[in-house]
Amino acid sequence: MRSVIASTEQLSAETHLQVVPAVEVPVLSVRNLNVRSKNAQILKNINLKVPKNAITVLLGPSGCGKTTLLKCMNRLTDLYSELKVDGAIEIDGQDIFSEKHDITQLRQKMGLVMQRPFPLPMSIYGNIAYGLKLKGVRNKKILNEKVEKHLREVALWDEVKDRLKTSAQRLSIGQQQRLCLARGLAVEPEIILADEPTSALDPLSSRVIEEEFSRLKNDYTIILVTHILRQAKRLADYVVFMYYGEIVEYGSAKEIFENPKTDILKEYLKVGH
Amino acid sequence: MTLKRKLEEKFFRVLSAFITLIIVFVLAHILWSIIDKGFSSLSWEIISQEPKGGFYLGGGGGILNAIAGSFYLAVCASILAFLVSLPVALFINIYLIKYQRLLIGIRFFLDVLWGIPSIVYGAFAFALMMVFELRSSLGAGILTVAALISPIMIRAMDEVLKTIPIGLQEASYAMGSTKTETAYKIFFRQALPGLATAILLAFGRGIGDAASVLFTAGYTDHIPRNLSDPTATLPLAIFFQLGSPIPEVQNRAYAAAIILTFIVLCISISARLLYRGKK
Repeated sequence: MRSVIASTEQLSAETHLQVVPAVEVPVLSVRNLNVRSKNAQILKNINLKVPKNAITVLLGPSGCGKTTLLKCMNRLTDLYSELKVDGAIEIDGQDIFSEKHDITQLRQKMGLVMQRPFPLPMSIYGNIAYGLKLKGVRNKKILNEKVEKHLREVALWDEVKDRLKTSAQRLSIGQQQRLCLARGLAVEPEIILADEPTSALDPLSSRVIEEEFSRLKNDYTIILVTHILRQAKRLADYVVFMYYGEIVEYGSAKEIFENPKTDILKEYLKVGH
Repeated sequence: MTLKRKLEEKFFRVLSAFITLIIVFVLAHILWSIIDKGFSSLSWEIISQEPKGGFYLGGGGGILNAIAGSFYLAVCASILAFLVSLPVALFINIYLIKYQRLLIGIRFFLDVLWGIPSIVYGAFAFALMMVFELRSSLGAGILTVAALISPIMIRAMDEVLKTIPIGLQEASYAMGSTKTETAYKIFFRQALPGLATAILLAFGRGIGDAASVLFTAGYTDHIPRNLSDPTATLPLAIFFQLGSPIPEVQNRAYAAAIILTFIVLCISISARLLYRGKK
């Protein structure tokens, strides 16, 4: 069974190789993904392979479908009845739309950081421990260690170590965002999905998050949605440029920024900031 | 600003202030009239004793039977309604979130139930009791009041749960929660203060309602000992005494009204304090 999966994985990797710019093993691949709402087609025939241990930036103007694409990846689109999704998204060779796989386990392979932080209605400690408890970790000592480890990982430990039991909703918005990142990391995902994670933050907090991401890419695969060109330039290893629900260009950061091929991307790079 | 807009602004400000004043005045007047008429009849005796012989003709004793009865009834009915309402409110906000049209239908239906006069609940329950040959009892009263306040509790909880941002729901799922975990670990906690308010709103309606218990709970001079005993309630104690031609008995009705108002006030204030303490 496993060998069959492995061989189909290789096969699909080969047939779609042209879409992927010099990628090693893709950790997540999207094939022929279409998303329709009642009135419009939000995503058109998306094919994408996301390389491991790198930051792939989804770049494009507002309303081009970046967030929808990101939400498809951990099937948050399930929440919206008006969205009709077809196509395939595979993570480690498992189709996330298949009924066979447990969606909660698949989602734990992906940590999500959203535009605004939504701390869970519990303590700072509880926020980090929540995902671990869902995974069945009950041992207090392990929980304590992990909470400290992941809070340190996002440079929040020193700020909150004396008030771990207080409500997470009392933290500043920048701290909340780092907490949300930490709680995503705590379940040991392979991929971090970040949807304009700095859009609600002040410049200093934004910088902390950005630095975090550059460090985290050694251990995780990061998919970052942004419309801020400078942020993309600072962070991206690969760039997917989207426009009106389609992928217009996909390549390494160097290629995209130094040698854009389409007019629309040239325009975006010229006026963007 | 043009004169028209200035006048408009002024007109609506005065109008709102005026209406607010009227409402406050009406409320104050109601409170004053029950206190004015009932305070002189208020005594330790009335709170601490069951009615003695000839109570309704001006004899001695008190309305402990009705106070205890109302408490049993409203508390049990609220607990019962809570056990029904919480799962329903969470269900429609978590599982049915995809089916917006169905949701609108369900909410409309619940609002209609909310609007049905309580006498209809009472009559309906009474008709059922006739079919099953049951006598009026505390148990029947509890079930009727629970049915009466459930739609109120569900909709009040629903309104609270509706305000939870979709982002929190997404965050919960993204962490790997199931729907049930999202409902009871995330939504429940996030909405806790509002849910408490919903329970108290329903409790207040339950303890103050006379029509639903008129046929179903009966009336007795004794504190009920089990669910099949009939029970007195404060609203009915007020109703029966107010119907008396004897002024002394009428004044005792107002004293009972003060007690009822005081109970409801205490419940809402303590709930608020609890809520603030939690926060």
